[in-house]
Amino acid sequence: MKIFGYRVPMMASLLVWCIVWEIVGRLDLMLMLPPFSDVLAAAFELVQTPSWQGATVTTLRAFVTGMVLAIAVGIPLGILMGRSKIADDLLGMWVNIFSSAPLSAIVPVLMILFGFGEKTIVAAVFLFAIWIIVLDTRAGVRHISPSLIEMARSYGASRRVLYAKIILWAALPEILAGIRLGLIRGVKGVVIGQLLVAIVGYGALFETFSRNFRMAEFWALTIILFAFALVIAELIERAEAKVEYYAGARQ
Amino acid sequence: MRDAVLRNGLKPIPAAVDSIVEVRGISKTYGDVEALRGIDLDFPRGKLTSLLGPSGCGKTTLLKIIAGLISADAGTITVDGKQVSAPGPERAFVFQDFALMPWATVMRNVAFGLELRGIGKAEREDKARHYIAEVGLAGFENKYPHELSGGMRQRVGLARALSVDADVLLLDEPFSAVDEQNRRKFQEDLIRLRTTQNKTFIFVTHSIEEAVYISDRIVLLSPRPGRVSRIIEPEVDRSGDPERIHRDKHYLDTVDEIWQGLKQYVD
Repeated sequence: MKIFGYRVPMMASLLVWCIVWEIVGRLDLMLMLPPFSDVLAAAFELVQTPSWQGATVTTLRAFVTGMVLAIAVGIPLGILMGRSKIADDLLGMWVNIFSSAPLSAIVPVLMILFGFGEKTIVAAVFLFAIWIIVLDTRAGVRHISPSLIEMARSYGASRRVLYAKIILWAALPEILAGIRLGLIRGVKGVVIGQLLVAIVGYGALFETFSRNFRMAEFWALTIILFAFALVIAELIERAEAKVEYYAGARQ
Repeated sequence: MRDAVLRNGLKPIPAAVDSIVEVRGISKTYGDVEALRGIDLDFPRGKLTSLLGPSGCGKTTLLKIIAGLISADAGTITVDGKQVSAPGPERAFVFQDFALMPWATVMRNVAFGLELRGIGKAEREDKARHYIAEVGLAGFENKYPHELSGGMRQRVGLARALSVDADVLLLDEPFSAVDEQNRRKFQEDLIRLRTTQNKTFIFVTHSIEEAVYISDRIVLLSPRPGRVSRIIEPEVDRSGDPERIHRDKHYLDTVDEIWQGLKQYVD
């Protein structure tokens, strides 16, 4: 971005919005919006409380478990759908429905199935993240050049070797893109799950803060969550950049 | 039997040409398109045989059936006296679109056939390095395919096929995705390789000039359904300067003769 011929770094626009927030907050227009400096101070205090630390551990645990499950199930499922027409016909419709459906509506059903606890949150993360991983993996497998597979066969690759040495690698750029999008959706899953269950982790904190109109802490928690989602997306994007060199160069 | 003949100081009978690949009664139909009908062919050992014909004559299908990548509806393929129906170590394939692994270096790509055979890293890399040099890519061992030109990529494909030490090399229009200048150079290299490697080459092409330029034997296929229409053995002298071949009278006559025969299939 350039202003009056000067190069301005990307984050500068964020600074402008922080100043706007500070001014609006100081004008005391709304109860909803305390000044930004108060929010920062609240965030600083918040991270030192045992309730936040406990909630973070619970949240991270549920997020990581759900994501590991989604990746572990999603990639094989996507490969299966990419390779087998029968599996694709059988599952394709459902995967597409779930990947575009408003999944928040299903979370109450999960609560009935898994109870008011961490299991429901894990299930929500899994359900939010898995479909895009399946779809991207499938697309990646579909795009593998047939001659690459013929090549492996002609040099004597067994079925197992074909998957381990060719198919998984050839589809890796799409699989990673799927995981990145899955992680972002997983963050949504963990937040929505916790908000609806409302007695676990961040959900309980959000509930407490908003009920008691502790808006500075409420916003502090929101900002922490946003930052977390951005950092995760950024990390995966770095990993993707490492395999990009062949994603773009495929025949 | 042959030993006896040689001991007696007599020449082997020319009729008993030693053929390494025998194709008998191969037919293949895709849906309601008859790609190949009753193909009978012998491929002599140590020679370069081209399968030549217009598109749709089933030449690539035939090559892939010989490779064991496609199964025939009827007929048998015999390699070195053994009937085959799947890929085997005595045959190596060179692909039209190179079929290189973009995530692997030249070294790993060339050594991949050996890797699949369970040969240790040090040994297969030694072997691969030798063939990388053989095809003129020494110094490019650690490059990735996208850093190479089309011609160089196909050299990697060729080195991979050479390194598994198969008796029969199957080449599916290997130069069609390579630019003209590189193709010329590549054809010259192939003529040279053929004399040093002592392998049997089966070469699919749609270029008459290319077939006459490099082949000992040309099998002409006619389209819809694919059948053998003629077998030609061009008497082109390939010793000496490869440039000269393009002006050789036999070369020009054979090209013209094949063109006259194929003209009718061009719409």
